[in-house]
Amino acid sequence: MSQAEQIIPHGHVLRYTLRERLTHWVAGFSYVYLLLTGLAFWSPWCFWIAVILGGGQVSRMLHPWAGLIFVGAVLYMYGMWAGQMRYTDIDKAWWKAVRYYSTNQDDKMPPAGRYNAGQKFLFWGFFWGGILLLLSGVVLWFPEYISWNLRFLRYLAIIVHPAAALFTIGLFMIHLYMGLFAERGAFGSVIRGDVSMAFAKRYHPGWYQEITRQAAAPRK
Amino acid sequence: MSQATLRVQKISGHAGGVPGKDTQREYTVSKLIDTTTCIGCKACEVACMEWNDLPFGQTVFDNTYQTMPETRWNYWNLILFNEHEREDGALMWLMRKNQCMHCADPGCLAACPADGAIVQYTNGIVDFQQANCIGCGYCITGCPFDIPKMNPETHRVFKCTLCADRVSEGLEPACIKSCPTGCLHFGSKDDMKELAEARAKQLRDHSNFPHAGVYDPPGVGGTGVIYVLHDASNPEIYGGLPKNPHVPWSVKLWKGPLKWLGNVAMIGGLIGLFVHYLRYGPKAREEEDLASRPEGGRT
Ligand code: HEM
Ligand code: SF4
Ligand code: SF4
Repeated sequence: MSQAEQIIPHGHVLRYTLRERLTHWVAGFSYVYLLLTGLAFWSPWCFWIAVILGGGQVSRMLHPWAGLIFVGAVLYMYGMWAGQMRYTDIDKAWWKAVRYYSTNQDDKMPPAGRYNAGQKFLFWGFFWGGILLLLSGVVLWFPEYISWNLRFLRYLAIIVHPAAALFTIGLFMIHLYMGLFAERGAFGSVIRGDVSMAFAKRYHPGWYQEITRQAAAPRK
Repeated sequence: MSQATLRVQKISGHAGGVPGKDTQREYTVSKLIDTTTCIGCKACEVACMEWNDLPFGQTVFDNTYQTMPETRWNYWNLILFNEHEREDGALMWLMRKNQCMHCADPGCLAACPADGAIVQYTNGIVDFQQANCIGCGYCITGCPFDIPKMNPETHRVFKCTLCADRVSEGLEPACIKSCPTGCLHFGSKDDMKELAEARAKQLRDHSNFPHAGVYDPPGVGGTGVIYVLHDASNPEIYGGLPKNPHVPWSVKLWKGPLKWLGNVAMIGGLIGLFVHYLRYGPKAREEEDLASRPEGGRT
């Protein structure tokens, strides 16, 4: 047992290791910066955000670099989590029952594993959204070096970048809502890493069974 | 400055109305370039650099009569040279003075996200205000004529100003002053249109140029720089002058429907989530919560 796991409070279980939590927050903070500066370029009504964040020039200079950090964190998450994010039959059943989930009738839901189907969708949405944002973002970064003959790349990028950003903004709003307001206990899991056993049992019964089976197994 | 804002009719990246719109009486100005009498002497290129204090840069010799391949951030005015063989076998040297066209519907301005980085004065001149430019290069994407150029060091964009400073003092642009053949004219758009049409008619009637005409493309609302061409049906031969230029569709889509859709979706999403919380609230915390709280939400 690692050091971290030993100091988990009684009746709680470690959900995210320090490595996972750190990665989450590197992605989280860089995303919020990208979102704020991006919105500033998106609409004149939001340009004041860029002014607050050090001015339009500074925001323009740092946005692409923050983008690289964000995509770096997402790729690292891919390494950590992709294996756990595969779609299963339970996920299919979960989507069928999603209206019970969204109306807080969680006991009518099929038993999710460590991640439910919605969380998996979020992960893949951010992964593919991140790839699109990176590709289009690089074009927007250096438009002056895209030759006149290749200008369609610029025409494409100015559509793909905001469209992909909007898609991830939708995911992001739901993500924030779930983590901060709807699923009490979830926010703690990305701060100190632990959730209560009751939380695990209620929202991730498959995962709960897995970890309790492990705990019950005799030590070698 | 206060006077300058009154003279502005369009502002890039600006929330709300334009402060000085319709407060001043001015006519739309225009530069007329008669390509049929241009001899490619490049006096206008030099005059542009002189008046605007642009630094001297390296020219690129490519065995033609062209100074460099395209305009630069500090070289706003370039005579494009093309050899063209007409259907009847006549060889033509085409000279076209290339610079910002000062579009009535400028794509650069539509694309720009920075407040006041691009303005259009009441007289129609489109001018970049480098102090407000954030260097994103959206204007490069928005322009159908490949005109705005980035200064790689300061990361600001520059282009021909139509000598807005001279024009506001009642002078004509520097290039006009320098032209030895009189192929450049400057005045109100109406006067220039009339002069151009008369010249085109002359070419058609008397000079064996049956397709001569005036280039004032309607796709960008007309331009503040108009050309007389020997062959107006084929402007592409003049160094790729686009036949039917318009603000790129994707720029229109981006600044139009996509913007509306995105804003409605984002604001709708926020309201939706808020209402969801009022209706359903948080999920039950622990198992014991369930017994005391009714399933589902509260109406
Ligand atoms: C992945 C790497 C990324 C790169 C290299 C990148 C780069 C850029 C660049 C160069 C621009 C042009 C505007 C400017 O900077 O002045 C831009 C605009 C923008 N970016 Fe990104 N970005 C990235 C990721 C993101 C992410 C994750 C978001 C999420 C919200 C985002 C949202 C936006 C928005 C909303 C705009 C404004 C689009 C518009 O003007 O309509 N970007 N990005
Ligand atoms: S680079 Fe062009 S579009 Fe961007 S702020 Fe400067 S003038 Fe506006
Ligand atoms: S030619 Fe290009 S830079 Fe000049 S006003 Fe038109 S769109 Fe703007």
